[in-house]
Amino acid sequence: MTILTGQPPSEAIGYSFAKATSAPVREHSFYPYTDNGGSTLGISGSDFAILAGDTRSVAGYNINSRYVPKVFKIGGDDETGEGAHILLSVVGFAADGQALKERLDAVVKMYKYQHGKSMSVRACAQRLSTILYQKRFFPYYVHAILAGLDEDGKGALYTYDPVGSYEREQCRAAGSAASLMMPFLDNQVNFKNQYIPGSGEGHALEPKKAEPLPRKTVEQLVRDAFTSAVERHIEVGDGLQMMVVTKSGIEEVYYGLKQD
Amino acid sequence: MFRNNYDNDAVTFSPQGRIFQVEYAQEAVKQGSVVVGLVNKTHAVLVGLKRNAEELSSYQKKIIEVDSHMGIAIAGLASDARVLSNFMKQQSLSSRMTYGRPLPVDRIVSQIGDRAQTNTQHYGKRPYGVGLLVAGVDEAGPHLFEFQPSGMTHEMLACAIGARSQMARTYLERNLDKLQDTTRDELITHGLQALKETLSQDKELTVDNTSVGVVGLAAEGAKGRIESFKLYEGQLLVPLLEALERSEEGETKEESMEVDS
Amino acid sequence: MNHFPEAWGRPRDDIYGPYNPSYLQTTGPKTHTQSPAVTGTSVVAVKFNGGVAIAADNLASYGSLARFTDVKRLRKFGESAVIGFSGDVSDMQHIDRLLESIDIRENYSTHGNTMNAKNLHTYLSKVLYKRRSEFNPLWNHILVAGFDENKKPFLSSADLLGTTFSAPHLATGFGAHLAVPILRRLFPDEESIETASKEQAVAALRECLKVLWYRDARSLDKYSIAVISEAGIEIEEDQQIEAQSWAFAEAIKGYGAQVN
Repeated sequence: MTILTGQPPSEAIGYSFAKATSAPVREHSFYPYTDNGGSTLGISGSDFAILAGDTRSVAGYNINSRYVPKVFKIGGDDETGEGAHILLSVVGFAADGQALKERLDAVVKMYKYQHGKSMSVRACAQRLSTILYQKRFFPYYVHAILAGLDEDGKGALYTYDPVGSYEREQCRAAGSAASLMMPFLDNQVNFKNQYIPGSGEGHALEPKKAEPLPRKTVEQLVRDAFTSAVERHIEVGDGLQMMVVTKSGIEEVYYGLKQD
Repeated sequence: MFRNNYDNDAVTFSPQGRIFQVEYAQEAVKQGSVVVGLVNKTHAVLVGLKRNAEELSSYQKKIIEVDSHMGIAIAGLASDARVLSNFMKQQSLSSRMTYGRPLPVDRIVSQIGDRAQTNTQHYGKRPYGVGLLVAGVDEAGPHLFEFQPSGMTHEMLACAIGARSQMARTYLERNLDKLQDTTRDELITHGLQALKETLSQDKELTVDNTSVGVVGLAAEGAKGRIESFKLYEGQLLVPLLEALERSEEGETKEESMEVDS
Repeated sequence: MNHFPEAWGRPRDDIYGPYNPSYLQTTGPKTHTQSPAVTGTSVVAVKFNGGVAIAADNLASYGSLARFTDVKRLRKFGESAVIGFSGDVSDMQHIDRLLESIDIRENYSTHGNTMNAKNLHTYLSKVLYKRRSEFNPLWNHILVAGFDENKKPFLSSADLLGTTFSAPHLATGFGAHLAVPILRRLFPDEESIETASKEQAVAALRECLKVLWYRDARSLDKYSIAVISEAGIEIEEDQQIEAQSWAFAEAIKGYGAQVN
């Protein structure tokens, strides 16, 4: 305190109540965020995109619930989700994630009402960025991933930071176990550190070119990434929710994960 | 020469207790092309006749989906209808956002009724020049409401507003008993039949000038509790118009048989 | 782990460092943020075949003072929903007034009050989230029990940050540590919930409240319990924890004056 006020250190006995009166007035006694843990993962293919997330919700060392979805259909019917063609996953502070999802859903529905056609994934991605950036100084504390099919029918995946910076990627893991899953995906999806055997001597080895993977392979990679993350991260587990967008719609699959 | 001094604004009564501006607004509804609405135990149907201002123009929109459980049909000033429709859309999105439930139909109807009424009690305002038929499903089943520029709203079993709508109403009144126990498709056919009654001699229903909206309770075993609002326009109308044709043939056959016996 | 309501909504010590309580000073200009005053402790609830049971004790504490011993923390809404409140009691009464006005409004509509427990939970979570976003939180953690639109048993939670989650068994405050493990042991999976009888559920809650009475210093042996089933709501507000046995206390060593 003395350092902040520029006063010389006092010799007086420091009573706790005396100290409190000299404390600077700051509005910090309420902290509006919490971390609900969990992880999400998205991978795009040539004619599909997959978004997945575990279904555990935590508060500190407590498990709130074993089934709280992190992946949502956007722009579909509220009850059945029918008619949706875009997926959103949110991980971080669940209440902000929920609010963000509902705002984007309303935006996509208003777009359809006003223009009489569905919003493209590209437009939706741009809009999500502005929604996040509008709250630049009181952010939605989430890592969002948006998935769908682009104008050419190719899988599209857009990833965001909490304040709206975004880019289109092949593959991204987010959330508490992102640092565990991302290196695995770099290697298995983008073939980082993989070389073609016998293509050269020493450092002249030719790197293996990344190309879109078939759906079956991608689904297995997602399951492997999560089962491994469950082993090493306490906030990940209980269930794996996986959604796949293709031109014929959105499929949802659920696998159990370890509950320990 | 006689001059009406009581129609300069929408807030002044005439000595006879009439508000002329509101009555003029109701005339605007009568000039709009006809729309028909009807309900049975499971579904609510809207049927509308679209007009094109001229040969080269597109057809005016008559039926608008407000939400997956609700739609409106309009007769009168389309631009005024858009204002109401936008309001209804906002309200139903907000209901889903705040409570996670579809907006009850009677509630939104009384809300637009209240809005229309304030236009008749504040100086400088103008009544809405449009009448609406609101069809929707909620907890209590399918509903049809009529809305008028005066702010008057009624729940209806069947209704028609707009130009030459009397012919459709006559048809609906005659067939009211039958309507309750119809199937979904039969109800649509009755709606189209009522619409057809209003046509002048040289006109007929085509895929270009007809518009049908259906919403209802979902069939047993279907996904979800409701059958979402579906708008039939263009080629989607073909089977519906064919069904209408078939039912008419059936009727004429029945009649001729009666003559024979 | 600190379960007291004073600790809710504050940054976690293990992540953000020890909390500086001088920010909670009562002198100086009024800050926007508050802290709870009179508080209620845990609410516990569990689903069973055909309904939900929920319970909370009748105590309102003022810090460590057992201030009011006949406060009803379970509230009926309509004919098929009950809300259980923990946390600040004046904020509970504020929410109670909000619910009262909604109930009146709903009963004016043609078909009576058609708001179900799920709708109610959505609404309450929005109220809590809005208030946290204004840095003026309602210091409560609530459980909503009843039925959803498909007449299936519904149980969900919402806290002062607007975080929501749903599970077959839920508890707030100390109950999250002590009651949830008991309930998870009694009803480990979906199937055991679907076959559990009303009597089993009620007995489980009574057991939980007894354990909480043994170990939560801010609890009381007088409690309320409500059962929501198709038949309607049965609510009993003057229950007493029966068959207490403090024999286990003999075996506890290492606290207070007794060291070995």
